[in-house]
Amino acid sequence: MLTIDTLTNEIDGKAILKGLSLTINAGEIHAIMGPNGAGKSTLAYTLGGRPNYEVTGGTATFEGADLFDMEPHERAAAGLFLGFQYPVEIPGVSNLQFLRESLNSQRRARGQKELSGGEFIKLAKEKAGLLGLDMEMLKRPVNVGFSGGEKKRAEMVQMGILDPKLAILDETDSGLDIDALKIVGAGINAIMRKPDKAVLLITHYQRLLDYVKPDFVHVLAAGRIVKSGGPELALELEREGYAEVVAA
Amino acid sequence: MNALTLPTRKAEEWRYSDIDALATIWPTPAPSRIDVAEGDSVRHHLLQDVGEGAAAVHDYVITIADGARCDFHVLNIGGKLGRVTFTVTIGSNAHFELNGAIIGGGDQTLEIITSVTHEKPDSTSGQTIRSILGQRATGSYLGSINVARDAQRTDAFQSIKAMLLDRTATANAKPELEIFADDVKCAHGATVGELDKAALFYMASRGMDPATAKTLLLKAFVAGVFDDVADEAVKDALEAAALAKLETLV
Ligand SMILES: Nc1ncnc2c1ncn2[C@@H]1O[C@H](COP(=O)(O)OP(=O)(O)OP(=O)(O)O)[C@@H](O)[C@H]1O
Ligand SMILES: [Mg+2]
Repeated sequence: MLTIDTLTNEIDGKAILKGLSLTINAGEIHAIMGPNGAGKSTLAYTLGGRPNYEVTGGTATFEGADLFDMEPHERAAAGLFLGFQYPVEIPGVSNLQFLRESLNSQRRARGQKELSGGEFIKLAKEKAGLLGLDMEMLKRPVNVGFSGGEKKRAEMVQMGILDPKLAILDETDSGLDIDALKIVGAGINAIMRKPDKAVLLITHYQRLLDYVKPDFVHVLAAGRIVKSGGPELALELEREGYAEVVAA
Repeated sequence: MNALTLPTRKAEEWRYSDIDALATIWPTPAPSRIDVAEGDSVRHHLLQDVGEGAAAVHDYVITIADGARCDFHVLNIGGKLGRVTFTVTIGSNAHFELNGAIIGGGDQTLEIITSVTHEKPDSTSGQTIRSILGQRATGSYLGSINVARDAQRTDAFQSIKAMLLDRTATANAKPELEIFADDVKCAHGATVGELDKAALFYMASRGMDPATAKTLLLKAFVAGVFDDVADEAVKDALEAAALAKLETLV
């Protein structure tokens, strides 16, 4: 589904990713862990096409197409979803408006019929219900005045509505209380654990991985994947810390 | 205001104007007078949408008697030069409310000029102006609030915000206060900004195409200006004209 080959990038002239390679197949769940400042969010943003995240070398192929050849909104229409470490607030634009325009833009791009108001509300209700988010919250402006945990939950409602092929979730577990973590974990499984989909979870903690069990765990340090393994690698990291595991 | 000699940009209130465009319609017609009688409440609106390349100047002289109220909504979007001016005198326990939007592109010069005088005690005024300027357009708000010595307990605000879509567009905002009374509340704020890049990327990451995303942010920016237009047909007409103009700029 996604093949990243020796990717290098720069932000404002500063090299962050330094030859990162990673392959994610349909049906797989990958987790990336790594120290603060390693480049995990940079990887997510670069794949999403954030302005100023300049690709200086390497390739990324998504579903057979050159990802870096597409505009950010085209990547989303092709099936890529980015869960933000810090979801953005948009005053004056309601979640429902935001999501309906997003979904219909995607559908137009794919040559599908747009959803009517009624069809969209039905879909939004279903996905909000799945994540235990009150529909009233979706009438409020995007992320404005939401608590940290509410923002993460709202992002998962967005993912449910947009129904991507590949979700890159950047610390979706941060800010969630114990119960919310469980609900969000179950939500990710319900939406994304399918043979034709894949997930890349960026996280610092094993907690989320208890609910969303990864097939592969990678350690990203200093702009590269320095170690890969199965689910046991996350446990090992939690026990021993990055220094030990990366050196070994 | 309607002197027979063409003004120059040396005069403060013409400082950002387009005198060449003005010359094509000079001398401009006499001002429209609105006199609101004691205790009355009136609503007015103006959709300034003169044809491309043309010039239009609308001058209003408004007096609001004691205990009266005037609400004015203005959308200034048309012409090479579009200029709307308000000279307002407010009596005691009276209120003036101006809600306006300027939306310009090309090489348009669009202006709202106000001079609001609180003459007597206990009067209030509010002015909310939102400007969206693209390409080489210039949008200006010059607004003076004058509080006379007797006008104690005046409460006046000006909220002026402009959004620039291109580096080549210009926004001028000059709120001014001249206060001779001592027990007065006046608040004014003016900001000039650009579309929020983080929001645009967030919207793109959800699949929204750039034109839809920009239009949504701009609609949110001017939302509220026409919220309290009482006549639904007028409200729809103003909102539709604003949206149609926005769509030519994104
Ligand atoms: N605009 C920028 N200009 C310069 N350096 C930047 C910029 N943005 C990020 N960086 C740097 O890039 C490096 C990687 O940052 P990134 O946010 O990808 O780390 P991370 O692995 O996600 O860390 P965390 O676990 O703390 O979220 C950091 O050293 C950071 O300071
Ligand atoms: Mg990060």
